[in-house]
Amino acid sequence: MERIFTMPEAMKPEQTLYCPGCGHGIIHRLVAELVDEFGIRDRTIGIAPVGCSVFADKYWNFDVISAAHGRAPAVATGMKRGRPDSFVICYQGDGDLAAIGTAETIHAANRGEHFVTVFVNNAIYGMTGGQMAPTTLVGQRSMTCQLGRDPAIMGYPIRVCELLKDLPGVAFMARGSVDSPKNVLKTKKYLKKAYSNVLEGKGYSFVEIVSTCPTNWGMTPVKALEWLRENMLEHYELGVFRDCDAEA
Amino acid sequence: MSERVLMKGNEAIGEAAVQAGCQCYFGYPITPQNELTAYMSKRMLEEGRVFIQSESEIAAINMCFGAAAVGVRTMTSSSGPGISLKQEGISYVAGAELPLFFVNVMRGGPGLGNIAPSQADYFQCTKGGGHGDYRVIVYAPSDVQEQYDYTMLGFDLADRYRIPVLLATDGILGQMMEPLVLKKYKDPGDLPSKEAWRLGDPATKEPIWITSVRLGEGELEEHNFKLQKKYEEIAEKEVRFEEISLDDADIVMVAYGTSARVARSAMEMARAEGIKAGLLRPITLWPFPEKRLREIADKVDNMLAVEMSLGQMWEDVRLAVCGACRVHLHGRTAGGVPEETAIVDQIRKIMNSKGDEIIRNF
Ligand SMILES: Cc1ncc(C[n+]2csc(CCOP(=O)(O)OP(=O)(O)O)c2C)c(N)n1
Ligand code: SF4
Ligand SMILES: [Mg+2]
Repeated sequence: MERIFTMPEAMKPEQTLYCPGCGHGIIHRLVAELVDEFGIRDRTIGIAPVGCSVFADKYWNFDVISAAHGRAPAVATGMKRGRPDSFVICYQGDGDLAAIGTAETIHAANRGEHFVTVFVNNAIYGMTGGQMAPTTLVGQRSMTCQLGRDPAIMGYPIRVCELLKDLPGVAFMARGSVDSPKNVLKTKKYLKKAYSNVLEGKGYSFVEIVSTCPTNWGMTPVKALEWLRENMLEHYELGVFRDCDAEA
Repeated sequence: MSERVLMKGNEAIGEAAVQAGCQCYFGYPITPQNELTAYMSKRMLEEGRVFIQSESEIAAINMCFGAAAVGVRTMTSSSGPGISLKQEGISYVAGAELPLFFVNVMRGGPGLGNIAPSQADYFQCTKGGGHGDYRVIVYAPSDVQEQYDYTMLGFDLADRYRIPVLLATDGILGQMMEPLVLKKYKDPGDLPSKEAWRLGDPATKEPIWITSVRLGEGELEEHNFKLQKKYEEIAEKEVRFEEISLDDADIVMVAYGTSARVARSAMEMARAEGIKAGLLRPITLWPFPEKRLREIADKVDNMLAVEMSLGQMWEDVRLAVCGACRVHLHGRTAGGVPEETAIVDQIRKIMNSKGDEIIRNF
């Protein structure tokens, strides 16, 4: 009998401790599948950010470093510059990347650092129990915007791709989602392009992934997917924002 | 033969780092250490190594964290306000047990303070600085040659113990020019290999995890006890100090860095008028030469801490001597540098005082 579905080698045979319906597990797997597909497991270094994915090392079967909250792009820069033959995956949540680590993100992109950023946008601070994120939607409720996000007081949800796409250091930038098998596959295509760009030395490659946090959204996994589709995708348009190859 | 040149302290540190094989320098401009960042921007690129002027000190220290994790020698440098920003990263480096060499060319604080020479970051340098239960080895050079030498040694110790090593200097030492022997770097030959733990190395068989997160029951305490053992070993083996004219001394000054240079001339002035003064100069601020100070305290009635801060080192001297002698304080701050005559005046006062009286200059 032919085996058509297995655990990627770049994934440890562990059950993740993420909540049911959480997008992190799917995204971890995409990251790992591509490490295998490119055959780069022995030189890959993943960054576990501060957020629910802080224990990504328990699931990824390659080298992992855990960075301080928001500092992953700086740590990635140090690793890649210190060891240019490594393949660095900078995995970050929305609080990590777009709040506390905004400066590190913009400047790594602007320098055109040669690593892949995987940006998991679940519009909330998952790990600390559901506080407002920079990407929390207008009107969305959270532990620290209990009446709903009011832009007059709390500002607007940041669209990171739109913010960064025009920096000349960026080689590839796209936004995918994990709300459906179709979008998961599309997201994988974006990631694949990001990996190959970095492997070919084209520069900074960034994939934002609109994801779910059923627990802190206070929804069932199925309802969370619906909510993502109905609310997040309107504000966070999917697609490619920058592709140096297409431009060339 | 090693070459003899005239060089600024900040540049001597940079050259020593280059000679010691520093592969990656990350820094952000701040006075009075700007000459060091500028020097590295040229020298590192000349050598085909990595130099980044980072977007902030926070980014710089985290770039160091990454470079250290892939096993290359790395450093950063700054002054008070920037070192404060780096403390988060230094704590992570300490927790993850990575080697790091960093420099604080101290200026006046608190706050933005001023850009004048100072030793006001003594507490921050020696008592951790960032959060958590950890230690940092601290060298306090007192001339350009020592800034060069202890930079080289600093890289070795960082690798030997997988620990952050700090060169604590100040605006005077960083910016002054002195003759310098450009010694060649000599690998001690017995430094532990990084192969077993460095990231991104295709030769390692099992995936490696570098972290400072330890959430399991008792896991962090166990780790911190292990760190403590290492710190005890360092305290045993790595303490350094210089003793000047202690044999017949009636009063012993304790001073490091720039303050020690002044204290030394004050000592000579005091001796010229018949007061037998001596000087103990800590070269490591952590580990502090506490054992030696305790021994000396049994032989003299008075010690005088001379520092460019208001009693920060004085606390450590008092802790070390444990009440065995009186410990007085000569402290200047925020760019004030101790003056020989003022120190000698205070020494006279101390020698004429009785009982438990503690004499301070302010
Ligand atoms: C300096 C610092 N500030 C705050 C925290 C607390 N903290 C941990 S995770 C987190 C938010 C993470 O949210 P996000 O990046 O969106 O990741 P998610 O859990 O949603 O995947 C915060 C604020 C911390 N660990 N360090
Ligand atoms: S809290 Fe949210 S982000 Fe964290 S594991 Fe649960 S669902 Fe995922
Ligand atoms: Mg989040």
